Amino acid sequence: MLRIENLHVRAGNRDILRGVNLSIDIGQVHAIMGPNGSGKSTLARVLAGHPEYAVTGGTVAYRGQDLLAMDPEMRAREGVFMAFQYPVEIPGVNNAYFLKSALNALRKHRGEEELDAMDFMTLVRDRMKWLDMDETLLNRAVNEGFSGGEKKRNEIFQMAVLEPALAILDETDSGLDIDALRIVARGVNAMRGPDRAILLVTHYQRLLNYIVPDVVHVLTDGRIVRSGGKELALELEEKGYVWLEQAV
Amino acid sequence: MATMLDSYVAEAERAASAGRQGDPTWLMETRRHALERFTALGFPTTREEEWRFTSLAPIAERRFVLAKNGASALRPQDLDPLRLPGTTAATLVFANGRYVPAASDIRGLPPGVRIDSLGVAMSQPASAIEKHLTRAASADRHAFTALNTAFLLDGAFLSVPDGIQVETPIQFVFLAIGDEPETVAHPRVLVVMGAGSKASIVESYSGAHASPYFTNTVTELFAGEDATLNHYKLQQESAACAHIGAMYVRAARNSTVTCHSISLGGSLVRNEVIVVMDGEGAECTLNGLYFGDGRTLVDNHTTIDHARPHCTSREVYKGILADHARAVFNGKIIVRPDAQKTDAKQTNKALLLSEDAQINTKPELEIFANDVKCTHGAAIGQMDEEAIFYLRARGFGEHEARRMLIQAFAGDVLSRIPIGTLGARLDQELMRRLPGEHR
Ligand SMILES: Nc1ncnc2c1ncn2[C@@H]1O[C@H](COP(=O)(O)OP(=O)(O)OP(=O)(O)O)[C@@H](O)[C@H]1O
Ligand SMILES: [Mg+2]
Repeated sequence: MLRIENLHVRAGNRDILRGVNLSIDIGQVHAIMGPNGSGKSTLARVLAGHPEYAVTGGTVAYRGQDLLAMDPEMRAREGVFMAFQYPVEIPGVNNAYFLKSALNALRKHRGEEELDAMDFMTLVRDRMKWLDMDETLLNRAVNEGFSGGEKKRNEIFQMAVLEPALAILDETDSGLDIDALRIVARGVNAMRGPDRAILLVTHYQRLLNYIVPDVVHVLTDGRIVRSGGKELALELEEKGYVWLEQAV
Repeated sequence: MATMLDSYVAEAERAASAGRQGDPTWLMETRRHALERFTALGFPTTREEEWRFTSLAPIAERRFVLAKNGASALRPQDLDPLRLPGTTAATLVFANGRYVPAASDIRGLPPGVRIDSLGVAMSQPASAIEKHLTRAASADRHAFTALNTAFLLDGAFLSVPDGIQVETPIQFVFLAIGDEPETVAHPRVLVVMGAGSKASIVESYSGAHASPYFTNTVTELFAGEDATLNHYKLQQESAACAHIGAMYVRAARNSTVTCHSISLGGSLVRNEVIVVMDGEGAECTLNGLYFGDGRTLVDNHTTIDHARPHCTSREVYKGILADHARAVFNGKIIVRPDAQKTDAKQTNKALLLSEDAQINTKPELEIFANDVKCTHGAAIGQMDEEAIFYLRARGFGEHEARRMLIQAFAGDVLSRIPIGTLGARLDQELMRRLPGEHR
């Protein structure tokens, strides 16, 4: 589904990603771990098409297409979804209106009928239940004044409504309390399926107890230095990243 | 420069003498005094603090002649897009500042409410108007108000008696029409609201001229005790317009006055709002939205004068500037020595859509009482690029994402307009004027 080859990325005057190789098959869940500043968010944001990064080398194929040639909105419409590490507040834009317009933009792109207000609300209520979300958040401006945890939950809620083919979740677990973590994990697990791939960026192996990954990667200093099964996360928890850096 | 002033003087004298027979002495005296003041003051220059950032050269260096009565050139299609959605209590139409009875309709007004052209109302003997006209808008210090008063020929007059509530809006439409180049009109509005009365008034200004024209308008609003007055000024002049507008409001005891100013057109624009809180317990809200593009200059000057204790004022002004547009926002709040328990709050925000757009903004708090709550805040910024990315990452096109953010910014003001679909219509009008949209 996603094949990243030798990806080099610059931001400002810095080479942040320095030759990332990563392949995810459809139906799989991969986790990326790594120290602060190693380039995890950069990878996620480059995949979503953020204009502040310059790709200086390498390729990314998504369902056989050149992902890097697509505008961010095209990627979204083609089924790529990134849950932001820091979701953006958009004052004055109603959350429900935003989500309905986003969903209908995707549906239109796929040649499907737009959902009317009734069908949309039915879908939204169902997904809110998955995530145990407070319905009043729908009638507020997108993320405005949301607590840290509410923002993260709202990202997963959007994912649950938009049903992407490739979901990249950047530290969605950070800032969640224990109950919220379990609820969000339940939402992600509900999305897991043979038609979808998920890439989780996380610092905590605890999330991986709830969402058990097929593959765990370690990103250090702009490169994937180790990949392995779910045991790798446990090993990291125990030994930290220094152990890996020494091993390289 | 002097010759330009002379030409206004000559025209004012000609215009006044043309109507002389029917005009009462007080009116002739008022005009004469105003003309004197205008001659003495001249057009303000940027050396004056109040006009520091606003050069009036486009007005002062042209010889604008008084626009002819445009009634005969008025076509229904000029008016249709300006009419308010939904039912209105009355619509008065003015072409080049002169009343057009044939295009007006006052049948929806409740009994007792008096509405008329100022031209008619002023010429009547023992007119009630004399008590109010020019009493809020002094010609003494303000050159444009003096000039308007010197040309006091016509306009809109509304008087709502004590206790009468007009539930649907009353509209005054001012249109600049005709094909003469370089014309000026001096529209005038006088509204007197009795105790406990209520009305919503929409004043709209527009023009179709492609060559320079000048609108110099003065509005006086008197809100009586316990009165509720909602005022909307919609400025949608063409890009060839120099629009100078001054609005003077007197808010009596326990009155509630809300003034919306939506300023979308013009190339040189000055909107002044001066509110005097003249009785205890008055409440005043000013909501403003302005847009400028090209090389437009939009200047908003507001003054809220807390002259009495226990008054509340709330002010929110927002601006959107594209291209090389410039804006000036000056929000003065005066709290007089005995105006204790004043509660005043002012916010002004500007969204700059281009690197070349700029704004000069200044709050001016003059507080002479000690037991008051007075806050102000200003925020000037460009579009939030991270928000644009967020929207794009959810499938919105870049253009649409930018529009959504602009709309959200403006919506904060437009959503406060409770007249049917007027807010939505103004939103569309704003969107149409944005750079990159088909005009
Ligand atoms: N636009 C930019 N200009 C310059 N440096 C940048 C830019 N964006 C990111 N960086 C730098 O690149 C490095 C990687 O950042 P990134 O956000 O990808 O790290 P991360 O692995 O997600 O870290 P964390 O675990 O703290 O979220 C950091 O040192 C960061 O400061
Ligand atoms: Mg990160």
